[in-house]
Amino acid sequence: MSEHAPPEFGESERPGPDAGSEAEAQVESDAETPAVETGAGAVVAALERAGAETLFGVQGGAIMPVYDALYDSDLRHVTMAHEQGAAHAADAFGIVSGTPGVCLATSGPGATNLATGIADADMDSDPMVALTGQVPTEFVGNDAFQETDTTGLTAPITKTNYFAQSPDSVGDTVGEAFALAREGRPGPTLVDLPKDVTQAETTAGPGEPATPETHAPQIDADEEAVADAARTLERAEKPLILAGGGVVKGEASGELRTFAREYGVPVATSMPAVGCFPEDDDLAMEMIGMHGTGYANMAVTHCDVLLAVGTRFDDRLTGGVETFAPEAEVVHADIDPAEISKNVHADVALVGDAATVLDQLDAEVAHEPDCQEWREQCRQWKDEYAMDYRTPDDEPLKPQFVVEAFDEATDDDAIVTTGVGQHQMWAVQYWTFREPRTWVSSHGLGTMGYGLPAAIGAKVAAPDREVVTFEGDGSFLMTIQELAVAVRENLDITVAVLNNEYVGMVRQWQDAFYDGRHSASEYSWCPEFETVAAALAHDGPSVVDFRIDPQANVYPMVPSGGANGEFALSEDQL
Amino acid sequence: MTGGLPGPAPEDRPQPDGRRNPQGERIDARGKADPETRTAVVSALVEHEPGVLAKVSGLFSRRQFNIESLTVGPTTVDGHARITLVVEETDAGIEQVKKQVGKLVPVIAVGELADDAVRAELVLLKVRGDEPDKVHAITRMYEGQTLDAGPRTITVQITGDQQKIDDAVDAFRQFGIVEIARTGQTALARGDTPTTPGESPAASAESTAERPESEANRTESATNRTTTEATRPQPTDND
Repeated sequence: MSEHAPPEFGESERPGPDAGSEAEAQVESDAETPAVETGAGAVVAALERAGAETLFGVQGGAIMPVYDALYDSDLRHVTMAHEQGAAHAADAFGIVSGTPGVCLATSGPGATNLATGIADADMDSDPMVALTGQVPTEFVGNDAFQETDTTGLTAPITKTNYFAQSPDSVGDTVGEAFALAREGRPGPTLVDLPKDVTQAETTAGPGEPATPETHAPQIDADEEAVADAARTLERAEKPLILAGGGVVKGEASGELRTFAREYGVPVATSMPAVGCFPEDDDLAMEMIGMHGTGYANMAVTHCDVLLAVGTRFDDRLTGGVETFAPEAEVVHADIDPAEISKNVHADVALVGDAATVLDQLDAEVAHEPDCQEWREQCRQWKDEYAMDYRTPDDEPLKPQFVVEAFDEATDDDAIVTTGVGQHQMWAVQYWTFREPRTWVSSHGLGTMGYGLPAAIGAKVAAPDREVVTFEGDGSFLMTIQELAVAVRENLDITVAVLNNEYVGMVRQWQDAFYDGRHSASEYSWCPEFETVAAALAHDGPSVVDFRIDPQANVYPMVPSGGANGEFALSEDQL
Repeated sequence: MTGGLPGPAPEDRPQPDGRRNPQGERIDARGKADPETRTAVVSALVEHEPGVLAKVSGLFSRRQFNIESLTVGPTTVDGHARITLVVEETDAGIEQVKKQVGKLVPVIAVGELADDAVRAELVLLKVRGDEPDKVHAITRMYEGQTLDAGPRTITVQITGDQQKIDDAVDAFRQFGIVEIARTGQTALARGDTPTTPGESPAASAESTAERPESEANRTESATNRTTTEATRPQPTDND
């Protein structure tokens, strides 16, 4: 697993635009710029130069020149069953490794199939580079065969995208896309590659991957704001840290642990942050939000100072914003200034890199807040609202038990991936996560079918670690064809299907909010997953079909837009 | 249904009294229950490359920002363009507009113009030509120009701030307006203040002094070329 160190280089080390360095760059490029013959060769050389190792993709007409250039490259390519799978695998590769995952697809349907996975990466700020073939430039705009306006289509779901203009610049464009995908707040970027550009001859190899100077992220938070934040924390009586996905992406788990323990502040997390703080720690309140723990939701509702690090205050986390941490002064640290006061007003704004800001705060806070009583209260809530599910002998298998059993049977650094739905919530609730980058899921977009292709990407990124996928029967059927890929690549992943013959989360909502009218949520017939597995899974992956209690619901539950503090613990409380 | 968990029911739990407004501000602290909107002029300096206008306008629609007008035109720097946006939002909304626009990669810098900024808009009015003398008189009152006078219609051009344009349109109604085209506002900061933070003119620009208002009315497309001008690192959002 490669480390994605937070950017910490000084101004002087940034690639400078000044004329003085041009001569130097020329010398450097003579020494390092790989020799290329075509635009496609420049694309591949740019990926190699940027440090990519693995690509996930599907062949097709307009992308063939790039695949042809890959034929001579040492880059590993994993051929997926469907482009959506390629995007999810690349996304998971990015989550686990911290290095942008790369996915490839052809124009038209290839690009549109990628779109779901790109949107998923965008919502979760996962580093990813998507390369799409495009019809030759002269046909663009003519509604040519397999033409779609890919840059238009993906503008709202990428950090930025590019339409490659010429074979001479395409290498640098791909390098910039790769650099931007990982810099600051990570996210997906896309380069659309017209076939004439990739086919054309050029000797212009890619330079060092660089991002535009105008978009250099702010690393250190403003000193005055840090002092403000420190004073706010010192006088807190009921402080709570809310760690977001930015803690994982910014490699700030160590700093978070140090800070929380030094000052005795309880820690809750958003869903993408799961694992950044050990869930068996005394100070761990675990996940906040719609299906977060009761104790985390009590703590956030009653805290007087909320130190939020790297979170975008998603509505599934806040519930109704009117009742979110309604009495808390909010100190919000984020590397993306646009997240400050977007959904929840920040009383103190710390724009900067998560690890750096936590270090700055650690140096500035003078003493532990006086919050012994509050810690005691949090402990009491952990007892009162313990996640103890009942296991009567006369009821069918509990999904929570299946999750706990897998947790028991695997190593601490095992990676868990999931689809979306009830099974995802049971997995996050009942697995005890202790390390960052062990929880791989579709949070913001909520993409059913994410689990299996994500497991492929995770296993490729971390071949020495165990990978367990929890899927629902509905979710699993959406991308089940990717089992063939796991066999081809001989990937030892375990798929645990929590099978209730429902789209369970929808069924749960129908019971709670639609008078139990199970419109299109009941699967009257499900494939025999073990037979499917026998056909699709030989060496490598294994599939276990668990017939779980079909009536099992996910609790606690904060209804959409409801108050976090009023979470329901059973259906009659909704 | 199964899966219920132990613990006090919602009505048996303590609940805090505090509340936030829909903008996420604590109502007792600084936020009003229902903050007012205001009109702001936001100027963005952008790389003039394919798709940049689509990226900016797409951002406005997908984030439901309330936009009144958008103008775009070239600047003194080859390959740069200026987009002028008039938005009506709460203070928090205007901050979001600036930050979200600033995040777009082809955007070089973003600034909100002060109240004293130089602003102008252009309107073309095609009115019925039954009373040419009166049309001419009103056109002169608004320091406008007659661009076309035919047997049945007269087309005039008026420039000025939004209020003047609104008034002029009202005044021409008496003749019967056949067609109307307005450019939307464009604007520059007054005096030596740069319109977007850190902005400086190209070496070839003749003067950094105040521009006459008519200069600010150009809306033709910029040349479609990118530049490697030395750009400065610009914190676009932390003002």
